Amino acid sequence: MTPLASLVRAPIDPIALVRAASSPRNGAVILFLGAVRQVNEGRDVTGIDYAAYEAMAQRELQAIVDEGATRFGTADVVVEHRLGELQVEDVSVGIAVGHAHRDAAYAASRWVIEELKRRVPIWKREHYTDGTREWVDPTGHVGAGSPR
Amino acid sequence: MYDAIAHMTVTVLLFASYAEAFGASSLAVEVAGNATVADVLSNVRTHPGADRLPPMPLVAVNQQYADPHALVRDGDEIALIPPVAGG
Repeated sequence: MTPLASLVRAPIDPIALVRAASSPRNGAVILFLGAVRQVNEGRDVTGIDYAAYEAMAQRELQAIVDEGATRFGTADVVVEHRLGELQVEDVSVGIAVGHAHRDAAYAASRWVIEELKRRVPIWKREHYTDGTREWVDPTGHVGAGSPR
Repeated sequence: MYDAIAHMTVTVLLFASYAEAFGASSLAVEVAGNATVADVLSNVRTHPGADRLPPMPLVAVNQQYADPHALVRDGDEIALIPPVAGG
């Protein structure tokens, strides 16, 4: 199949991703799932809402799977990222890569998630047990709504 | 140059923590007709809430990351991109 990237609001179906990345050419299929973690930087998290600049996020995500497919030599790269309100343990991102060989499949899967985290305009706001909510800033700068 | 094209108003989209900082999901910004991304940013910095922006926020023009020196055209879709946190 052609490399496929989607932003979704419904729960991600990991088996559907695996099926989409499977082909008679592939000796390996790698499934990566990112999930909402209960504790982040020492704070108890009850859920996360994901927001995006949707048109650009869709475009960047598609560019990543297309680039990944070319770079690693497979057409079978599939990514879904969820938007909206998620609970702890919910799957926020799913990546499936099929390849003739496992080394390249692992490498491609890793490359896709790192590129996604580096350049796709998606943001998450963590909800904490004390009722507060904050946008996560992976660069470590003080975010809006935080004390200075 | 005609006076009518000496200035233009561009819309700057805001998301996540930046939308919270400015209390809006977009700003209308007036800049010169030959403005760059950096000029648009300078104007954005005059709006209340701009003290929460980092020194060099990422900017996208027409849904692609843009250099501060890039020229802005009338009708471009400009967006300030907070530090991304997908995954």
